[in-house]
Amino acid sequence: MNLTNLPIGTQAKVVAVNGNNAITKRLMEMGVVPGVSVRVIKSAPFSDPLEIRVRGYHLAMRKNEADAIEVSK
Amino acid sequence: MKFKIPNSRFQIPNSGSVVVDTIEGQRTTDNRHFTIALAGNPNAGKTTLFNVLTGMRQKVANYPGVTVERKEGFWQLNGSENTARLIDLPGLYSLDATSLDEQIARDVLLGKVADSPKPNALIAVVDATNLERNLYLVIQLLEFKIPVVIALTMVDTAEKQSLEIDTDKLSHLLQIPVVRVKATQKQGIEELAKKVLQAAKTEATPNFVWLSNADFINNTDEDDIHLSLSDNTAANKKIFARYNFISDVYQEAVKPKDTLERSVSEKIDHILTHKFFGLAILIGILLLVFQTIFSWANLPMDLLDKGFGALGDFARAEMPEGILTDLLVDGVITGVGGVVVFLPQILLLFLFLSILEDTGYMARAAFLLDKLMSRVGLHGKAFLPLLSSFACAIPGIMATRTIENPKDRLATIMIAPFMSCSARLPVYTLMIAAFFAGQTVFGFLSLGAVLILAMYALGIMVAVIVAFILKRTILKSPTPPFVMELPPYRLPNFRTVFQNMFIRAGLFLKRAGTVILAISIILWALTAFPRISHQSSVISYQSATPENDEQQTTDSEQLKNSYAGKFGHIIEPVIEPLGFDWKIGVALIASFAAREVLVSTLSIIYNVGKEETEESASLINAVRDAKKDDGTKAWTPLTALTLMVFFVLAMQCMSTVAVVRRETNSWAWALFMVGYMTGLAYLAAFLTYQGGRLLGFG
Repeated sequence: MNLTNLPIGTQAKVVAVNGNNAITKRLMEMGVVPGVSVRVIKSAPFSDPLEIRVRGYHLAMRKNEADAIEVSK
Repeated sequence: MKFKIPNSRFQIPNSGSVVVDTIEGQRTTDNRHFTIALAGNPNAGKTTLFNVLTGMRQKVANYPGVTVERKEGFWQLNGSENTARLIDLPGLYSLDATSLDEQIARDVLLGKVADSPKPNALIAVVDATNLERNLYLVIQLLEFKIPVVIALTMVDTAEKQSLEIDTDKLSHLLQIPVVRVKATQKQGIEELAKKVLQAAKTEATPNFVWLSNADFINNTDEDDIHLSLSDNTAANKKIFARYNFISDVYQEAVKPKDTLERSVSEKIDHILTHKFFGLAILIGILLLVFQTIFSWANLPMDLLDKGFGALGDFARAEMPEGILTDLLVDGVITGVGGVVVFLPQILLLFLFLSILEDTGYMARAAFLLDKLMSRVGLHGKAFLPLLSSFACAIPGIMATRTIENPKDRLATIMIAPFMSCSARLPVYTLMIAAFFAGQTVFGFLSLGAVLILAMYALGIMVAVIVAFILKRTILKSPTPPFVMELPPYRLPNFRTVFQNMFIRAGLFLKRAGTVILAISIILWALTAFPRISHQSSVISYQSATPENDEQQTTDSEQLKNSYAGKFGHIIEPVIEPLGFDWKIGVALIASFAAREVLVSTLSIIYNVGKEETEESASLINAVRDAKKDDGTKAWTPLTALTLMVFFVLAMQCMSTVAVVRRETNSWAWALFMVGYMTGLAYLAAFLTYQGGRLLGFG
């Protein structure tokens, strides 16, 4: 399951950050690494980007990026 | 001294731990003059701390060859003879050199930057409310083997959020000093100085336990979830290992009390980034900002304008008549004054921008608009520079520095001058006052307001199209990641806001002022040479009206025979299809220095004197009555509209060109911008004029 498919307001655990590119690296540097809990807060108008809560702070990312994040509830 | 943290791979290092990655350089060992670097995440309170430590003893410049701002100051370390050179690194999330900021920070830490020795110690500014992610940078800093002291900020806020941070334990686990700091109240500054001084004199840094425990990748069987890194590059493994270490430290040193209550910030955000109201509020805020900028700036702008006028008159009266006086009054004072007049608007714009940024709203604006911006191929962060460009493209282009991807940044720079800046307003105003005043559309909308709005819209439309094309051709790059922190809302620190405003205004004056000065002198020379013979006849400026007329005739004659006048004649065939005669041509040439110069040049050409403004009746009448050399009217409403269209699109601002040259570090991009914008302007003006004639106007 991808982070994009996670309903707003739900919490899940990151299982993997897929891909091997700048996006993967940036996401991980910002603390989105396997094992961490994330919660989807909301989506912007036109339902993109997404806002998530991770490690006690808020992070915005496009659905494009959220697709790389595999989660499980 | 050993203790185990349950369920973790973290251990206090012993002498046997292996150092995986060493990054070393030469540190200076002068015991009285230390170099200290200040590092921290964006929004961690780094700027506030820097300002408090250095006071106004700071200087802002650029790192050699690049546009990353280099901020330095002197810090009087308390209770000792020591003065430290304090380097404020750019706000960072990481040190992996993926962005220009990170690359520069890395170079500073390695002592690779010219005339900047390797730091003796580092201060890591850490936001207590966002400890885990802030510690990530700290861990990376430690890997540089330079002593680090943590300045822990916003402890109060963290405690209000029921986060209990055990500073001693944190210090113990990381093996570096941790000082609680409240910069605005100057709390903890003395202790910070003491700890930094101690650190700077030692060589001791912790070993990289988080990296030396090399079994971290395989040890993933403890959970039911499969912790996989589909990407097995060493870099990602390191990131993973650092965060594992941080999680362990965090669990030990912080007692989070889970509260279900939403923070104030989240409540505010619920409204401000609401799916429907969010955009409406954004538009409202923007309207308010621009309304305020234009109305508040009016008075100081008038005063500055009058001040420069009076200064010119004074110089004219006090100095002997001659070329030197002309140069000073018509060249230097008029030219530089023309730019400085815009300072109030720019100051106000910077004021609002820093408030919006400091409160955390700017990130929300980027969040709300990213979808729209990304359709064109731009980053959500491009919004702020483009917005600033409505006041002036120079601060706008300077603000593109926040965009990490160089191609995105270039695309934003290339379209920023299409936003109708305040220098175009005098031109629009003059044209509307002369040809479209008092007319209405649908019986109630003023035609002038509709036209101004249309000009703004035209600029935006063309910008969108150009960005679309650029991003698919010469600036083609994969969609850049949009991974952006939404910092909690905070009250702005007014000291920081004002300090930033003045530093930026100073940079604007210096950068734009020097270029404008040079261009003003050149332009003056073009209009003043060759001198016509009867210039030397005795005509005093303080003379009565009839002689004054004579003076103006002389000015007009002078202009006609000057290089600029001759050039106007030369380009007449080129601009004739746009409906412009050679006199408008001269004004056009002059306006390539700065758009608003058109108004004063037209005043000179039509003999109405230089003190005219765009709203003065005599200039308006002169423009209406102006005749071409063949006796037909020089201006029609269609000509006026064509001129406005030309001004929306043409690159007529030398200061902007200079700033683009600086920011892109290339004359090629600056000249490309002048070329393509002016080409587009010509095309659009041609279509407007010829199309209008076909439709029977003009």
